[in-house]
Parts: sequence; structure tokens; C-alpha cells
Amino acid sequence: MDLANVESLAYHVPELVLAGGSVALLLLDLFTPMKARLGEAAMLIVAVAVFAAGYGPGVEQGYLFNRMVALDSFATFFKFLLGFSALATIWMSTGSRELDGEHPGEYYSILLAGTLGMFYMASATNLLMAYLALEFVSLTSYVLAGFLRHRARGAEAALKYLIYGGVASGAMLYGFSLLYALTGTLDFVELGHKLAAVAAVHANAPILFIAVALSLAGIGYKIAMVPFHQWSPDVYEGAPLPITAYLAVASKAAGMALLIRFFYPALSSAAGDGTWTALHGLPWPALMSVVAMVTMTVGNLTALRQQNVKRLLAYSSIAHAGYMLMGFVVLSDSGLRAILFYTVVYYLMNLGAFAVLMLVVNQTGREDIEAFRGLAWRGGAPAAIAMLIFLFSLAGLPPFAGFIGKAYLFAAVVEQKMWLLAFVAAANSVVALYYYARVVRSMFLDQPLAGDPEIAVDTSNGVLIGMLLAGTLVFGLWWTPVVNFADRSLVFFGN
Amino acid sequence: MEYLLTLMTFLPLLGALVVLALPRDNANLVRWTALASTIPGLLLGVWLFENFDRSVGTMQFVERHEWIPAFNVQYLMGVDGLSVSMLLLTVLLSPLCVLASWNIEKGVKGYFALFLLLETGMLGVFAALDFFLFYIFWELMLLPMYFLIGIWGGPRREYAAIKFFLYTLIGSVLMLVAMLALYFANTPHTFDLLVLMERAPTYARGFQAWAWIALFIGFAIKIPAFPFHTWLPDAHVEAPTAISVILAGVLLKMGTYGILRICYPIFPLATLQYAFWSLAALGCWNIVYGALCAMAQKDMKSLVAYSSISHMGYVMLGMATLTPQGMNGAVLQMFNHGTVTAMLFLLVGVIYDRAHHRNIDGFGGLASVMPVYTGFVTIAFFAALGLPGLSAFISEVLVLMGTWEYSKPVAIVAASAVVLTAGYMLWMLQRVWLGPVNEKYAALPDLSWREIVTLAPLAVIVVVLGVYPHAVLDLFGPTLVTLGNTVSSAVPAAAQAVLR
Repeated sequence: MDLANVESLAYHVPELVLAGGSVALLLLDLFTPMKARLGEAAMLIVAVAVFAAGYGPGVEQGYLFNRMVALDSFATFFKFLLGFSALATIWMSTGSRELDGEHPGEYYSILLAGTLGMFYMASATNLLMAYLALEFVSLTSYVLAGFLRHRARGAEAALKYLIYGGVASGAMLYGFSLLYALTGTLDFVELGHKLAAVAAVHANAPILFIAVALSLAGIGYKIAMVPFHQWSPDVYEGAPLPITAYLAVASKAAGMALLIRFFYPALSSAAGDGTWTALHGLPWPALMSVVAMVTMTVGNLTALRQQNVKRLLAYSSIAHAGYMLMGFVVLSDSGLRAILFYTVVYYLMNLGAFAVLMLVVNQTGREDIEAFRGLAWRGGAPAAIAMLIFLFSLAGLPPFAGFIGKAYLFAAVVEQKMWLLAFVAAANSVVALYYYARVVRSMFLDQPLAGDPEIAVDTSNGVLIGMLLAGTLVFGLWWTPVVNFADRSLVFFGN
Repeated sequence: MEYLLTLMTFLPLLGALVVLALPRDNANLVRWTALASTIPGLLLGVWLFENFDRSVGTMQFVERHEWIPAFNVQYLMGVDGLSVSMLLLTVLLSPLCVLASWNIEKGVKGYFALFLLLETGMLGVFAALDFFLFYIFWELMLLPMYFLIGIWGGPRREYAAIKFFLYTLIGSVLMLVAMLALYFANTPHTFDLLVLMERAPTYARGFQAWAWIALFIGFAIKIPAFPFHTWLPDAHVEAPTAISVILAGVLLKMGTYGILRICYPIFPLATLQYAFWSLAALGCWNIVYGALCAMAQKDMKSLVAYSSISHMGYVMLGMATLTPQGMNGAVLQMFNHGTVTAMLFLLVGVIYDRAHHRNIDGFGGLASVMPVYTGFVTIAFFAALGLPGLSAFISEVLVLMGTWEYSKPVAIVAASAVVLTAGYMLWMLQRVWLGPVNEKYAALPDLSWREIVTLAPLAVIVVVLGVYPHAVLDLFGPTLVTLGNTVSSAVPAAAQAVLR
């Protein structure tokens, strides 16, 4: 099904709700006395959008707006995930002390706009649309990262983000223009056909390689993939905590979605048996598997030395991007399924870790490991146990969901017999445990110092942490629904 | 008794949840509840011992349920002679360890909850017949162990805990990769160990070779085989007494159990190929090296820890021979080492509780101060050095008999090491318990009732198995014959001679 602009609107409810909601929040802020309730209003809007994405008018597979965006179960999966990330982020924001009195109208409005941009990133099937979506997400992220204007680190974060982002998107745009010059089309699927023709004539053409590498810069920057990762620790540290969580989870998931949607149809061809073959003469899977190994290793080794837990989680999220790329380079359905599965468990455990960190930051004003000292022994046992589970799940230990996610990624790699990648990832899991265990050690093995404040869990954050915890525990032991959902979501164009 | 193994495995977990729900200020209630949670397991163990069919070497009490059909992961439990003996050891040691932990004062609830979780993990490892399930139980033990050492341990507990954790994890991730490779080596893909064993002849030689090594490293770290042993002295010395008992008594056995359960039947060809260097030679070196290190120790607990390395060497050696004597000796040694070392650690714990140090040179003449205690010490020490009439003698002799058939030079080296064992054991006995009484410790009280109750069952077992080893040997005889045949028949006899 291929719809023109006006007919498409009926199938575009989630995006319309978000766009309208974003404007409505600004107006509510201006003209009504409900400043304190804007967070709840924003959550309601996102909830409606998520509901519409799942149960609104839909088609099995179709193009909207003259092949600009796709409507398929792959997009729906990511809309769910991104919507839930936005919900959790807003929930966290309402309970964040950093953000108290910081222009909630603008904040939630921009957050919704950013989510809208991510929806487009997950569904774009055209280079131009992909660029617009990515740029839209970047612009909103710059503002959100620097939202605490009075904090020097916040300003630094926003500026760094802006400069890196500018360079990356410039490079990507140049890459896109080269691709257009080579093929004369912007559509991912058509691009795939035409590039195959080009590659057949000019195998190993450097121009093709350069175009792909440049295009990768923009997306790689979004998922914080080495060597486009340098912005992330500073931005993660300087941004308000809920935004850090949002960037680490939602932004990364949207980037992975775009990466798959672009690389699979455009730069490889489906073999029909659940595997793909890379474009002839362009060994991008080999290149990306090196990138994956370097990304996870750099992320993990750098995380080892961090004293600031926010930075530690930032580097760990770089490493997790590396793990997720494992599923990307194997060119198989099981790899993609593993990525989708991993994004779900990553959402649960990473947001959970950030939520507990926020509790500590709220009550101590500190973000370093020392702030966690003896947490279990000074009245913070529930928070400490929750953090323990989230961190060990991130480390990939059973019986938590993170292990299952990692097992699927490893399985995809082992199935394709990419042993080097498997063993590098295995070694990385051991390194990762060490730094997650440092936080755990501080919470449980160290004694609190006199004068360390008690960390109480308030209801709102407690409920959020409880839900994320339930997911992390349940999906560690019974993950059939998640894997079925991921399986059903592998339908996208060019597949 | 359809759900026997499930009940056995998960009752302690239930106990852990109950313990967590108890009020914080009533420590005694927590202790009694923890003890009560380990008793049903013991009773089920006794029932299992009575009703286990000793005439066959196949899996019994099998429970099979679908778990995650999309990944073909099953909830598959079952026992043969090998696992039954290890399950019995675990359920036997668990209540004793709860008793030995009675004087834990800090975070009592947390301690016992973690301990019970650990018991579930251990029992699960021995009962699981699905590789994925096995792996989950295997990893499940890491968490409680990390905290039990890290929170309730000695002065260097944090270092010891993380070292233990990282070492084991290195082994685990290697195991994970090998496990997944094995999963994909079969169509339809499966983690079912029984199916994986049946398909053993179909695996390619190259695949067998590297997968065996990856799994072996994972298990060797647990045993611990030289050169992967360095976590053990740290973990043992820093861990609280009961946890040392569990570490030495049960956790080390998981290494050799894993090799026998997974490496042997699934990769028979690779087993034959590597058995000499990785098990026999390394085991022999473990025996000698562990004994020499033990001799140099100044701390009683680290002496016992190194003696474990030495004694586990006999298990490896016996396994490597693939002869009925050697294999039976190896598994019997696993059981006997479990009881004897448990006694040794408990005995060291007794003196540490009273004197607050464990220096071998800091005592003297304890025999006249604490006669009952010394009685138990004598039994345990003589069992450890392999005195005829006590349990460990039988297993060591069986191992050496098997080894003699297998390789005479190795047998000679291993047998000579018995002298070293006698050396360090008797030397410690002499310095601590004999000689003039150290006035500082002339007034130490003898064993309390609780301590006697903890030690006596083990002493009885050590003596009984020294006289009537068939009580345990009969359990796993047929199983090991089947296993030995599976491996030895993997290649024709002529090729075997070449390999050796």
C-alpha cells in the first residue's frame, strides 16, 4: 500500500498526537494555571500516542506520504519502545529535584517533539526524511541537554553536543548526496537495487565506500558508536539526569532502528531464508564488526576508571551499543531479533539504573560512587537491591533479563560462526562486571560514613523503579512474550 | 515423588523468601527458620538415597517441562549416580553450615537468605539436564557467593570476593560461547543434554577440540586446576567458616562434575585426546604443587585451602584414567573430600572463634586443653592424609590403582605425594595440638553442643565410608561404567594407544 499525503494522515495518528500535544503543552503552560501538572499531561499525551501506534488504524505494511515513511510492524515496535522511554523519562522528570521550577512547559514540549522526531527516525524510508528526522532529534536533544542553563557543565554539554552533532550531520548529508549522485534516488529500497547495479559494474569503488562511511557518521553519532562517541560522556554528565537516561535509551534505540532500516534494504539483499548478503564489493559487515568490537572495548575500558556514576553509565552505554551492533553485523533474522530483544531489556535495566541514581542525586546532590557508600546499611536497602539487580542485569548475569538479551546476541553471532567477535564480547562481559561491581561494592560491602544521609524511596519513583524491576526479573525467567513481539516486528521494507 | 528434584532445589529458595519476611530484630528466629529450610532437603535426600535405583546408569526422577519454546529451552531435571552423590553431599552440608553460621551477628537475615539462595543454585546445577538451565543455576551461585564473602568475610574480603567473581565469570562466558555453539551444532537446535550426548558422534573433530577446551577452562577454574587456582586461597581464607565449607565441600566439585557431565559424554573424542595433559598431568601437578604450597603456609585456613587443591588433583587424575577404579575413585574422592575438608574448615573455624587468629605457630598443646575438639581433629587430619580405615584412603587408593593401569610414571609421582600430605598434616597437628601448652590459650573452652552436632555427622560418615565405601560407591558404579565406555569407545583401541 502506497498512500499519498492526504490519505496518509489517517494512519499517522501517533505522530499527530505528539505534534499537537507538544504545542498544546506550551499553550497550557502559558494560559492555564496548571504548571505543576504539565508532566502528567505530557504523559497522557504520550500514552495516547503509544496506544494509537498499537491499536489505531494500521496496515500490515505500507508507505505513507509518497514513500517518505513506512508503516510496518518494525516501526510500531520502535514507536512502542520510544513511547515507553518517553513515558519513563517524563515520570522521572516529575520526580527530579534538578528540574524543579525549570520551565516545565518548554521542557515537556521539547521532549515530546524529540520523541516525535524519533518516531520518524524509526519509520523513515527515504534519505531526506531520515536526515530531517535525525536533525530534528538532534536539535531537540541539544536544548534538553543544556536545559539547566545555570549549570556550567550543562552549557558545556549542550555546546559540545551541538558541535559534534553539526559535524556528524554535515558528514552524513555529504554521504547522502554522494549516494544520490551515484543512483539518482533517495528511497532506501530503490537505492538498494541501484547500488547493486553500481557495485556490479564498479566493484570496490572507493566512492561507494566513502559515501557509506560518511552516511554512517550521522547515525553512528546517535548511537554513540566509536569513533563518533566522544560527545556522549560529557553530555551525559552535564545533562539533567532524566535526559541522560532518555538519550542513553531512546536516542540509541531510534539510531539502531534507522541503522537497520538504511543498511539492510539499501546495502544488502535479502536471501529469503532469513539472512542477507552484503552489497557486492562493499564489506560493511566486516567493517562494522570491527567497529562493534572497538566500541564495546573502548566503552568498557574507559568505564573502569570513572568515579562519577553518570559518566560510568555513559561509557557503559557505549559498550552496550557495541553489543547491539553484534546483532547488526551478522545479517540474519536472529541478529535483528536479538537487537530488538536487547533494546527492550536495555530499556528496563538502564532506565532502572538511572532511576535509582536519580534517587541518590536527589537526596545527596552527588553523582559519584562515594555517594552510594554503604547505601544498603543506611536505610536504603530497597534502593540498593534494585540498583544491584539493574547493574548485574546490565553486566549480563542470570537470572536477570540482561543475560537473556546477551544470550540472544551471542547466539546470533555464534550461529554465523563469527568466533572472534564472540570471544571479544565474552571478554568484555568480564571487564564490564568489574565496574558494575564497584558500585555494588560501594553499596553493600562498604560501611556508610557518619553523616551520610539516608536514602528514602518516595512513592512516585518507587512505583517507576518497581515496574522496571519487575520487567527485569520476569523477562529474565520467562521471556516468551518479548521474543514473540520481537519476532513479529521483523517486517520492514526491503526484507 | 514426581516433583522430587524441583522440591529439593526450590525449597531453600522458599526458605530464603520466608527469612526475608521475618522481623529484623529477632535473630534467633531467623537462624531457626534457615535451619528448618534446609531440613526438608536433607530428608528428601535421604529418601532419594533409599529409593535411587542403583542397578542402572540412566537418568532417574526426570522432570521435563517446556519453558521457552521459541529458544527450545526446557526445564529438564534428572539424576544419575553422579549427580545423586553430589546432591546428597550438598543437602548434607547445608544444615551443618547453617549451624556453623550461628554466631553470625551482622545482617543475619541477609546472610541466611543468601545462603539459602546459594543452596538452590548448587542443587540446581547438580539436577539440571538442560544446558541453559544448568548455566543459569551455575551463574546463580555467583551472586550470593560474592556477597557472602564480600560482606561477612575477613579483612581482605572485598578483594577476595571480586577475584572469585571475575575468575568464575571468565570461565562462565567461555562456557556460554561453547554452549551456544553446541546448540547450533544440532538440528533442531537444542540445549537438552541427553540429546546432545546422543548426538556426540556427529560433532566435527575441530569443533569438539575447541569447545572442549572452552568448557574445560570454565570448569578448571572452579576445581581449581593449576594455573587457574589463585582465586581459591584468597576466597577460602577470607570467607566466613560456613562459606569456606560450602566452597570447598560443594563448589569445587562443580568443576569436576561439569567435566564428567558435559565434556565427557558430549565430546568423547576430545576427552580422549586431551585427558592426559589436561587432566592426568595437570591433576598430578595439582597434587604435588598443592601439597608443597600447603606445607609452606603459616595460616591454618590457607593450609587447608591448598590441601584442597592437592586433593582435587586426585579427582582429576582418577577421571583421566577412564578405568572403572580410577573413575569410581574420582567420584568417591569428590564425596570424601567434601566431607573431610568440610570438617577441616569447621575445625579451623572453631579455634578461630576462640582465639581470633589462625597462626599455626601461635598455639601449642591444645590436645590437653580441648580433648573433645582434638578427637575430631585427629579423625579429620588422619582422613585427610589418607589413613587406612578412614574414607579418603579408599578413594585415593582407587585413583592410584586406576592410574597405575593408565600410566606408571604418573602413578608413582602421585603416590609419592601422599608423603607430602602426611607431612603438612602431621606437622600442623604437632605444632598446634601437641607439645607444651601455650599458657595464653590454656583456658579455651572445649566444643559446645552446637559444634559437636555440626561435626559429629561428618565424623561418622568419614569413619563409616572408610569401612563400608559401598554405601556411596554403589550409587554411581553403573553410571560411571556407562560413561567410561562412552568415552573409551569413541575411537578404536589401537588409536587410543597412540593418543596416550
